[in-house]
Amino acid sequence: MSSDIRFTDFKSDKQPTWCPGCGDFGTMNGMMKALAETGNDPDNTFVVAGIGCSGKIGTYMHSYALHGVHGRALPVGIGVKLANPDLEVMVAGGDGDGYSIGAGHFIHAVRRNVDMTYVVMDNRIYGLTKGQASPTSREDFETSTSPDGPNQPPVNPKALALSAGATFIAQSFSSNSQRHAQLVQEAIEHDGFGFVNVYSPCVTFNDVDTYDYFRDTIQDLEETDHDETDADQAKDKILDGDKEYMGVLYRDDDSVPFDEREGFDQNMSEIPDGAPEGAMDLVREFY
Amino acid sequence: MPEDLNWAIGGEAGDGIDSTGKIFAQALSRAGRHVFTSKDFASRIRGGYTAYKVRTAVDRVESVVDRLDVLIALTERTIDENMNELHEGSVIIYDGERTTMQNVEIPDEMIGLEVPLKRLAEEAGGAIMANVVALGAACEVTGFPIENLDESLEKRFGDKGEAIVENNKKAARAGQEFVQAEYDHDYGYSLETTDNDYVLLNGDEAIGMGAIAAGCRFYSGYPITPATDVMEYMTGRVDQFGGKVVQAEDELAAINMALGAARAGARAMTATSGPGIDLMTETFGLVATTETPLVICDVMRSGPSTGMPTKQEQGDLNMALYGGHGEIPRFVVTPTNISECFWKTVEAFNLAEKYQTPVFLVSDLALAVTEQTFAPETFDMDEVEIERGKVVDEDDIDGWQNEKEQFQPHFPSADGVSPRTFPGTSGGAHMTTGLEHDALGRRTEDTEVREEQVEKRERKVETAREQEDWDYREFGDPDADTLVVSWGSNEGAMREGLEMLADEGLDVRFISVPYIFPRPDLSEEIEAAEQTIVVECNATGQFADVIEHDVLERVDRVNKYDGVRFKADELAEEIKDAVAEETEVSA
Repeated sequence: MSSDIRFTDFKSDKQPTWCPGCGDFGTMNGMMKALAETGNDPDNTFVVAGIGCSGKIGTYMHSYALHGVHGRALPVGIGVKLANPDLEVMVAGGDGDGYSIGAGHFIHAVRRNVDMTYVVMDNRIYGLTKGQASPTSREDFETSTSPDGPNQPPVNPKALALSAGATFIAQSFSSNSQRHAQLVQEAIEHDGFGFVNVYSPCVTFNDVDTYDYFRDTIQDLEETDHDETDADQAKDKILDGDKEYMGVLYRDDDSVPFDEREGFDQNMSEIPDGAPEGAMDLVREFY
Repeated sequence: MPEDLNWAIGGEAGDGIDSTGKIFAQALSRAGRHVFTSKDFASRIRGGYTAYKVRTAVDRVESVVDRLDVLIALTERTIDENMNELHEGSVIIYDGERTTMQNVEIPDEMIGLEVPLKRLAEEAGGAIMANVVALGAACEVTGFPIENLDESLEKRFGDKGEAIVENNKKAARAGQEFVQAEYDHDYGYSLETTDNDYVLLNGDEAIGMGAIAAGCRFYSGYPITPATDVMEYMTGRVDQFGGKVVQAEDELAAINMALGAARAGARAMTATSGPGIDLMTETFGLVATTETPLVICDVMRSGPSTGMPTKQEQGDLNMALYGGHGEIPRFVVTPTNISECFWKTVEAFNLAEKYQTPVFLVSDLALAVTEQTFAPETFDMDEVEIERGKVVDEDDIDGWQNEKEQFQPHFPSADGVSPRTFPGTSGGAHMTTGLEHDALGRRTEDTEVREEQVEKRERKVETAREQEDWDYREFGDPDADTLVVSWGSNEGAMREGLEMLADEGLDVRFISVPYIFPRPDLSEEIEAAEQTIVVECNATGQFADVIEHDVLERVDRVNKYDGVRFKADELAEEIKDAVAEETEVSA
């Protein structure tokens, strides 16, 4: 790891095809800044993404990266991290990818608490398929597939995370670049699964959850007396349906990551040229 | 007197059938006898009918047969379930004092030995040892020296303390002495011991052992019958070699975790059975197009859907060959016996890394749950070779970079195999995607690049076709008019069937194929034969289909799909019928 790494070193030479004004630009820039700030470089960083606008992120960043199938980015990231704990693993997803098709993986990734970072670009709509309801869409949000609104309450990912035993939950807003980068950085530095839900507005298909809406309503927890190590306070904020918050909602300072607990401490890419020493004992066991 | 002995213990699930059977099988194996075990079991935790069967001989045994010489019946139903395999002179050991066994009627031509298993066990220290009393009785019947049981009892109960071991030895002897005292009979068996040195293991264990030997460090899976033994075997053992097992939340996660670990440079594997394979299918294409080496093991059971979880079938061949949308370069390797479960697993890892493809290691229930004896050298670890393929490190990375010093993970090389860097390698950072991509791994819809990448991936398969030995194993009479071809676990039954057929004057050439894709070219062999019969445990003849496709010639089929593996005598009969039918047609 070199100390002169700048966030632009994480940029690829590919121009993003996100719509002009898309929240994902800010989300990605914050991720790159946080990676550089925490002393990582592209060669020790592995970025995994799922499907959707968020899934394009690996193309625009420069690092080891894999763009997988819909909803399965988290298990890939977990496999990478467990097989080589020296890597900095960051998984990026969207609200559809993470909270619909990948909801099961989300819950289990949270409770497994592998030392990695999960950034979800939450725009409350399916953008890449041109505007259908997502799991975080409002109950009355009219779309091509929900002309009268989805008519079911949105998923509350932060509540899911808290109930599954999350050790780090943050809410960020892509347009507040400095604060966003800072929150991702905290997630990286956290010992365990750092989960950051990012309000990352879709300027093309979502005319409700807009930059203006978030700017007007969001409250930075830094400006309150919120104690982020207090699960009860976190619960109150997370279940508060009237407000949008920004900041670290919950952090467990006693978190011991799964990899550490389970003794994943080796780079598994290194193996001997033949069967490992003592392998004949494996046969003898069947005597 | 038969050359080999077929022995079984049967009762309800939860009666300790498995562990009792295994104690006996291990004792026979340690006494230098060959052993082949099989299990009748249902998908339930307690109750029902379950049996553990042991066939043993001094010469090697390769399969099960339709015959039972000694049966320990813990329930009446055990006798009913096995009636068709019992014969004149079969010995049935049962506890007539058990209320449920009081009305048992043993057919006249058989020998019923009423042994108060529970009472004798209580006298020896506890009713729980009733099965061990039965084992002692079986030693007396079969002439198997009871001292040979002791080491197995020590191994099984050693953790529980010396007193428990001693009580069990006492219980066994109580069973032996009871039969000696109460029944004055020559049963005609005398199980010889030899100085041979054998190990006893099943196919799932052999796969797990092969994986560890091959340097597999990461295993993720989800429990499913009959593949769970692979996971259970690796748990606790792979750790000793720097690896880990992760129980994933589902099969989708299992294969994606394994994919992640493989991208990070680990040799990784997942194993499942049909229903789990269905869920994993989504990721097959991703593995192939990102050119990630991955071993995906399918231990087949009866389908479709949840089918019969504890019954045999070879119905997933088409899935392995064609599963997943689009066109997926892959290899399909199918071990034909338990030692091949080990060696083909080692090979699967080498193929996966040399060609950076998914390798389907397709085994079946009959291999998974049956145990067989082998000389330990069969699994000679010094013979294990590891080939990691085109791994590029920091020193030679510039040879694989473009003019902008970008690493090209999907470079369309002449042999189709790309350079590969493990994350952490300086200068090797790259992205790859399930979308069609260029040499750099970046998304493209450019028609020329698309064609180039499709051809590149296919070229790997062509290279492998040329460079590897996709051979087969051959048995029987090489000049026979009748050619039998099979894959997977049928090999054992067919090998024994050959001898039975030869005894009846029918010579057969038998080819057992451990590779489905790529596979050996059998055109010459089929052309040389007057009749070709393809044997497989499925209804439609999936392997027969691909062979017909290869040679454009109709082959005959012997199919079995009742959930039970082929038995040697049954298979010999089927082959005889198929030959007779063909003769009729030509006449």
